[in-house]
Amino acid sequence: MTMPRNTTVREPDVTNDRQGGPSATTPAVGIKDVAVRFRTKNRDVTALTDVDLDVRAGEFVAIVGPSGCGKSTLLKLVAGLLKPSTGDVLLGGERVRGPRHDIGYVFQRAALLEWRSARRNILLQAEMRKMPAELGRRRADELIATTGLSGFEDALPHELSGGMQQRVALCRALLHEPPVLLMDEPFGALDALTREQMNTELNRIWRETGTTVLLVTHSISEACYLADRVVVMSARPGTITEIIDVGLPAERDYTETMGRPEFREATTHIRGLLGAASAQD
Amino acid sequence: MSQSAIKAAPVKVAGVDRRERPSPGERASRLLEQSWRPVALLLACFAVWWVIAAAELVEPYLVPSPGATLDVLTGKADYIWQHSWVTTYETLLGFLIAVVVGVFAAVIMVYSATVEKTLYPILLFAQVVPKIAIAPLFVVWLGFGIAPKILIAVLIAFFPVVISMVTGLKAVDPEMLQLSSTMGASPWQTFVKIRMPASLPHLFSGLKVAVTLAVTGAVVGEFVGANEGLGYVILQANGNLDTPMLFAGLLVMSLIGVVLFVLVEIAEKLLLPWHASRRETGVTTTY
Repeated sequence: MTMPRNTTVREPDVTNDRQGGPSATTPAVGIKDVAVRFRTKNRDVTALTDVDLDVRAGEFVAIVGPSGCGKSTLLKLVAGLLKPSTGDVLLGGERVRGPRHDIGYVFQRAALLEWRSARRNILLQAEMRKMPAELGRRRADELIATTGLSGFEDALPHELSGGMQQRVALCRALLHEPPVLLMDEPFGALDALTREQMNTELNRIWRETGTTVLLVTHSISEACYLADRVVVMSARPGTITEIIDVGLPAERDYTETMGRPEFREATTHIRGLLGAASAQD
Repeated sequence: MSQSAIKAAPVKVAGVDRRERPSPGERASRLLEQSWRPVALLLACFAVWWVIAAAELVEPYLVPSPGATLDVLTGKADYIWQHSWVTTYETLLGFLIAVVVGVFAAVIMVYSATVEKTLYPILLFAQVVPKIAIAPLFVVWLGFGIAPKILIAVLIAFFPVVISMVTGLKAVDPEMLQLSSTMGASPWQTFVKIRMPASLPHLFSGLKVAVTLAVTGAVVGEFVGANEGLGYVILQANGNLDTPMLFAGLLVMSLIGVVLFVLVEIAEKLLLPWHASRRETGVTTTY
């Protein structure tokens, strides 16, 4: 395998080789020359074209771009929920042919089962996978504790705030310790304050679990605060404009990070790229 | 349900509202608050009826007094009870068959586009044919027993069940289904754990319509040809110009409908507490 393009070669983080995941030389996610075309009634739409991206194991990659640039489509390709029209998608070095089970998925809406309590929503993952009940319960308890859901295990989704619901969705996605976590604008519907809080927590969870994360977001600062690299995409047909190495340490304090020159440089640069992209539109 | 080792403390934190269970006293006062208006309206109707009858504004043989109707209800209680039971029995059996067949049809229609396309026109046709018009045919085919009455009840109650169940099964959040496939769930698991429970609120709104229609179905069957049941009682009373008996029959018939409706509502509350509580508080969730 070749090293990911558009990046400086870095020593893999210590977190990379945890939980028997793919070795540092095999990318956790490989997207090779992928295009996606939809056929609608009167025309063909190219959602994605010429997309190449390698994500190292344990890496956090954020994807930003204007609405309708195929960011979500990209995540669905990795999960195997969609098939590329051309090109290949690899997950853990293996070609994606159908829905993959070695991932965790978080949507913008929490998508919880409203008849199940928070804990039982998290345990859905264990039940569907037929995990040993004891293991599932233990994992759920750990996640409930680390995400600050303690005391709300028995609450029904409609009794929880948006932030709490999204925490439940995150716990559910992490229950089976997936090597890759896919997040599609997970905090897009939260208020700014809750969002900051969730960002800090996600950074901590990512460092603690060593999971590879692909995060789609509309927020440039969210992308730069959380990610090792930020993928900037252009509008339809969606393609990668540039991949920016944020160059911040893995452990990031929110306020401190916001003030750092690397952070400001990255956000300004991305803002410029996106502004240029929308001006062409 | 049982795996919650740690019971959630009734904490009040921003964004979470854990409502405490109301005490019996509170519940009674809430019930009274909710129900005094309809009860008052009902009593007012009876009062008007009583005034009309007492002042003999209308000939007594056309509109009997409430007293005369009550006399029939108490004096001929055995007779009315016996026939009410027949109608109730036909209604319930018709309703249950409609639910089983309807839910089954809905499930296969949702899982197979071919079946849906094939079945839908027939369903629609069965729905638009006036049941009253085919009732005599059923009597010809099935005789004077309870079979044609049940069949008409089934036919009339079937449609709302199918429609509501199909709507419910299709209303499932597509992202939930995608999640399910990333969890490696089998179609059966997805059905049992996600689709079926998610469709129940829709199904129950259909069941409430269906159960009241089933009463109509049974009575229509009895009108066409029967020697028992409330429909038969009403026809007999009509023939004899026995309006007190006719009114008594009508009252009991409505009562059966109301009781069955309430039973379905109670079943809904017991089976879907999450849905009922959500409806009571209104949708307060902010995504």
